Amino acid sequence: MSVADRLTNITRSPGDPKVLKAGPSALGATDNLAHKLSWFSIALGVVELVGAERIAGALGMRGKEHLIRAYGAREISSGILSLSVDKQAGLWSRVAGDGLDIATLLAAYRHDNPKRDNVGLALAMVAGISLLDVIAAKGVTARHSRGATKPRDYSDRSGFPGGLAAARSASRSGRTQEPGAA
Amino acid sequence: MRALVWHGKEDIRCDEVSDPQIEDERDAIIRVTSCAICGSDLHLYHNYVPAMLPGDIMGHEMMGEVVEVGKGINGALKKGDRIVVPFTIICGQCDQCKRQNFSVCERSNRKKNLGEKVFGHATAGLFGYTHLTGGYPGGQAEYMRVPFADATHIKVPDSLTDEQVLFLGDIFPTGWQAAAQCDIEPTDTVAIWGCGPVGQMAIRSALLLGAKQVLAIDCLPERLSMAAAGGAITINFAKESVVERLNDLTGGKGPEKCIDCVGMESHVSLAQPDTIYDRAKQMMLLENDRPHVLREMIYVCRPAGVISIPGVYSGLVDKIPMGQAMNKGLSFRMGQTHVNRWTGDLLHRIEEGQIDPSFVITHTVGLEQGPEMYKVFRDKQDSCIKVVLKP
Repeated sequence: MSVADRLTNITRSPGDPKVLKAGPSALGATDNLAHKLSWFSIALGVVELVGAERIAGALGMRGKEHLIRAYGAREISSGILSLSVDKQAGLWSRVAGDGLDIATLLAAYRHDNPKRDNVGLALAMVAGISLLDVIAAKGVTARHSRGATKPRDYSDRSGFPGGLAAARSASRSGRTQEPGAA
Repeated sequence: MRALVWHGKEDIRCDEVSDPQIEDERDAIIRVTSCAICGSDLHLYHNYVPAMLPGDIMGHEMMGEVVEVGKGINGALKKGDRIVVPFTIICGQCDQCKRQNFSVCERSNRKKNLGEKVFGHATAGLFGYTHLTGGYPGGQAEYMRVPFADATHIKVPDSLTDEQVLFLGDIFPTGWQAAAQCDIEPTDTVAIWGCGPVGQMAIRSALLLGAKQVLAIDCLPERLSMAAAGGAITINFAKESVVERLNDLTGGKGPEKCIDCVGMESHVSLAQPDTIYDRAKQMMLLENDRPHVLREMIYVCRPAGVISIPGVYSGLVDKIPMGQAMNKGLSFRMGQTHVNRWTGDLLHRIEEGQIDPSFVITHTVGLEQGPEMYKVFRDKQDSCIKVVLKP
């Protein structure tokens, strides 16, 4: 039983059932990974927003502070979207954002950049996170999509055992029909 | 016993919980024989309705056998009785209950102060539907306590199966009330947004209540096929313009009666920019509900028509065209269902074979598969329309 379950038990009356042993979560591994990546995205976004100058200095990207802040806002938006029920859209937006990050870092990975080693390290980190993002995005999309199976045809399910016309007639006249009557 | 318990957003688990106990002399305990996942359970699954707490038992569509009764039941129920439990808990004695406004019973919400703060006045207690409506444990469990059980029940005969009568507790009277409050005339066209379980019941109810034609709007082929089977003309909003098609089918005048069986989580589509606007605002906690269907109904409804809203809304909505609604003289009818107002008539119709609500069931599984079925139902997988659980 979790701490939350114990705490919320105080809201329940003596006769209400209380959790004795929680069952397994139905959330899939990719759902949990998506959840963690969402919070990572929000945390990284906040760091980029408030620490843009230090990041720009560490990567030899002076003058690009506004771009880093914009990327921070993007990270926070993606994180919020990934935490929502539309997590597929959020995760794919993270993958697209990873592409932008890599392109920006590659541009800074110049031989004349005195912080080139830091940029290389950042590139390696972004590549690793990108891999996780792709795994999460593909996994969550596969788990929550409708799939390729053909929708079932329920055209035999009228709900009127004796047919619609007979049901309407019986309803209109205030009488009811014989079961099975046409 | 086992029960489906809410642990957080999209996290429903099949837990071991303690057994319910009689607390009040008007209580009864039932052994649940069948229960269902309702579309409005998905709002809780998504944590869109406030005041759910970890440890809350889900479920407000259930039926079973009475196994214990309090001393104050006074013969209204006895051990062994087979009952459907309405999702609205009713005292049967207050002013609103006497007027058959059961969903706003004045006594059954045991957390009335919370409800009054949020709604202005408290509504009835509901099973498994947040602490705003009493925080009562729901029926997706092996056993449940029914408060005010002498009034909060529908006795059903042994001659009918669980599947035939289970939906008397919610979706059948909900669809029926949605149609009934339209005051349908024989010349009326009734347009129904959403062909989920309540929409399917509303389609059939509108036809039984004498509508000239019923137009059903959705985008899922399996739901549209079931709607057509029930006698509706279907409109796939992913393939055609709803407004144009509704006007075409009504000689350009629009439907007289419009029913919203979608509620707060309308479909988000790039083709309908307002749905993206709503989704973004909802995500940023700037709006509770996505009212695209309401906007479309107000726009397309014939002047002096009726807008009926059985779909659940939880709080604040944005960009509602009140100018259109006011100038067109539209009437709005809405509310949680006054279940017991309708169940006598509906049970009679089932008994006589006029309608069999079991047509809507697409999946029947054990309670332990409930958490997975929430996902299947939410994600519209496996052509799922209605899940029944067998504890």
